[in-house]
Amino acid sequence: MKSLAELAALREKAKAEVNLRNNGEDKIRVVVGMATCGIAAGARPVLAAFVEEADKRQLKNVMITQTGCIGICKLEPVVEVYVPGQEKVTYVKMTAEKAVKVVTDHLINGQVVSEYTIGTEQ
Amino acid sequence: MAKKKTVVPFRGTAEQEAKLRELIAAHKDMRGALMPVLQQAQDIYGYLPIEVQKIIAEGLGIPLEQVYGVVTFYAQFSLNPKGKYSLAVCMGTACYVKGAGGVLERIKQKLGIEPGGVTPDGMFSLEETRCLGCCALAPVMTVNGEVHGRLVPDDVDRILDPIIKDNG
Amino acid sequence: MNIVRAHILVCRGTGCSSAHSEEIFKRFEEELKAQGMADEVKMIQTGCFGLCELGPIVVVYPEGAMYTRVTPDDVSEIVSEHIVKGRIVQRLLHTEKDSAEVVADLSKTKFYEKQTRVALRNCGVINPENIDEYIAVDGYEALGRVLTEMTPEEVIDIITKSGLRGRGGAGFPTGLKWKFASAPAPVKYVCCNADEGDPGAFMDRSVLEGDPHVVLEAMTIAGYAIGAHQGYIYVRAEYPIAIHRLQIAIKQAREYGFLGDDIFGTGFSFDIELRLGSGAFVCGEETALMTSIEGNRGEPRPRPPFPAVKGLFEKPTILNNVETWANIPRIILNGADWFASMGTEKSKGTKVFCLVGKINNTGLVEIPMGTTLREVVEEIGGGIPNGKKFKAAQTGGPSGGCIPASLIDTPIDYESLAAIGSIVGSGGLIIMDEDTCMVDIAKFFLQFTMDESCGKCSPCRIGTKRLYEMITKITEGEGTLEMLDEMEELCHHLQKNALCALGQTAPNPVLSTLKYFRDEYIAHVVDKRCPAGVCTKLLTYEIDPAKCKGCTLCARNCPADAISGKVKEVHVIDKSKCIKCGVCMSNCKFDAIVKK
Repeated sequence: MKSLAELAALREKAKAEVNLRNNGEDKIRVVVGMATCGIAAGARPVLAAFVEEADKRQLKNVMITQTGCIGICKLEPVVEVYVPGQEKVTYVKMTAEKAVKVVTDHLINGQVVSEYTIGTEQ
Repeated sequence: MAKKKTVVPFRGTAEQEAKLRELIAAHKDMRGALMPVLQQAQDIYGYLPIEVQKIIAEGLGIPLEQVYGVVTFYAQFSLNPKGKYSLAVCMGTACYVKGAGGVLERIKQKLGIEPGGVTPDGMFSLEETRCLGCCALAPVMTVNGEVHGRLVPDDVDRILDPIIKDNG
Repeated sequence: MNIVRAHILVCRGTGCSSAHSEEIFKRFEEELKAQGMADEVKMIQTGCFGLCELGPIVVVYPEGAMYTRVTPDDVSEIVSEHIVKGRIVQRLLHTEKDSAEVVADLSKTKFYEKQTRVALRNCGVINPENIDEYIAVDGYEALGRVLTEMTPEEVIDIITKSGLRGRGGAGFPTGLKWKFASAPAPVKYVCCNADEGDPGAFMDRSVLEGDPHVVLEAMTIAGYAIGAHQGYIYVRAEYPIAIHRLQIAIKQAREYGFLGDDIFGTGFSFDIELRLGSGAFVCGEETALMTSIEGNRGEPRPRPPFPAVKGLFEKPTILNNVETWANIPRIILNGADWFASMGTEKSKGTKVFCLVGKINNTGLVEIPMGTTLREVVEEIGGGIPNGKKFKAAQTGGPSGGCIPASLIDTPIDYESLAAIGSIVGSGGLIIMDEDTCMVDIAKFFLQFTMDESCGKCSPCRIGTKRLYEMITKITEGEGTLEMLDEMEELCHHLQKNALCALGQTAPNPVLSTLKYFRDEYIAHVVDKRCPAGVCTKLLTYEIDPAKCKGCTLCARNCPADAISGKVKEVHVIDKSKCIKCGVCMSNCKFDAIVKK
């Protein structure tokens, strides 16, 4: 170890590893339905896309997590986005490609991608 | 309590001694080497008989009495090997009144050792323990942790004879 | 890219390890592999979570769900329900004792809510065998700043200003200790006292097992502050997991260059060696510990000269205990004012206690100094089990005293506890209910100090033995009132004349129980009666004729053949034969046997 800068670089790298466990109150939460039906409908690549995209863009205020069955199996994979102080947004029939768009439009720019939301299906 | 001197003849192998000498050589220049050397020597031999202490004393250039003083000070250093079969007689109140003393006496006669000792062939070691918490079975003894209860002195033969026979 | 979506933390502290947490860890690995999810779920072994009563503990992130009393057989359910389907396994969650509410997030439990974790902040959070995780939570940042931006004087100054005092028992100001050792000398040493020996105290073990790097970092900081280049950690041989983790940590720190030559490119060198104890309580005393590292019988040395002047190998030495070290890096990073803002006027910061005995939530708690005993017992500890009444708390182990229920609102800090005849000590906090005999407790601690007295000085060697003999007579109904005064007098001699703290503090359990529970001593001496029903020589067992159904169970189980009676007739205990083992009472289905 030769300098504080070297330590800081090492810490940034290591932090990414443990960040999953820093469950802050002020964070945007992305919850992917990972029940059996969701996984069968392709929730895994969706979750992976969220994680990868958020990681690529260094979104530190976003927490990606999983949950169980939301109860609307025919619309799986379902993803819910909780932005502090705003109403929950439920995206349905998600794919990895759609996930990328949700990250850029909704998580970064605050624009709900309304064509993917549950409202369009009803 | 004073540590009983062992009656077991020393049976260290050449291999063990080589390991010990290697250990001593590796620690020769370390300050305060005696404790780590004793700890690791006990790992090699299972205990610290006077023969081992002598090698350590000479190897590290420390007087034998100082080595012996350290060995007897710390609870984790043992001057005795444990027998292949470790016998413990409960001397708790319930066992005592129910005749644990007689059981102990019979074992002492049979094996020729005192509590804290071990038979010369290394087969049996004997201890007195505090209450084992099975007063309803009093008096009890354990053989390698297995409890034998409601004993009378004659039971000692019943328990120990098969072990002696099995080990020829 | 390797995507990890969940972390499973399994406690591998000693408490949980003895309850099969290693097997649980292995079962998780197998199960995840079988489900093809070994890559997306990360397994982490951590140090003690502090809630040993409920161990083994498994925490699953990102939800932070805390599963308690997990068995190896529960593993496949956690994996198939929680990890695969995302459904938290409700039945394994922690339930608060006084409510039916099931708590999914461990930080929301009452047990944790009242705590402030400074020394324990990383325990149960990071993987202690991975230096990267320590670095991720700002590990070694304090060392870097100290070496590159601060002078040794500034380091000592910040520690002094923080008000940190030794957490091993004596409460000596840490900054002052470092200052004494900072006078120029060619060779100096830094030591860590990890020879935690008080019965019922295991906070240092938890820090070593859960966050070993914090000790290495803090010792290196101290090395820079006083100008030492070698450190020693003296750890009990009875702590194999702690030793193993320390060995790994030292190796990793050397590889990363946090130990060794030219640390942070500053030219400063420091290294640490591990030395093991071999089972002698007295080696927790600072001069005895040094004598032991030197390779001798662990007997204390007279002070002065103090170790800061002439310590290990006769060189200036500072010795701090594990918990004290665990506070240092945070003080450097957050500043002296931050630390001093916690606690009371003279006792700053937090203190870790091992909450054990007759209490619902047994475990490790870290609280700001000045928290009252009532808050600890009733709120964090969740009260006394089985609806019993709180009788006393014993702090400081064999060197401490008993605090009676009437003083339950005493703030826990160095001054307040000293004022009522106890000490903060290393952090044992044993809760007692009405079934505990205070004379018996004092006897227990006296037996401990008598056995562990090293024998070097006669006040301790003979004094503890005489005290033990007297108190034994009292518990056997052979005591006299004069004996109580004699004991008190002997206690004062011991306090004044013993060579080291072991002997000087050995009378504390006796003196404090004599002060607050003298009526119990008098009951033993005058009435020949043990009010708590513990001292067997003073008890009699009797059969209540109104309740006895004549089932013969007691008579059949009596080891002394002291009970007689025919089937369906009232049985009688022959008091001359009775050995008071209590077997009859535990066997009786009708509560017909009474202890008096």
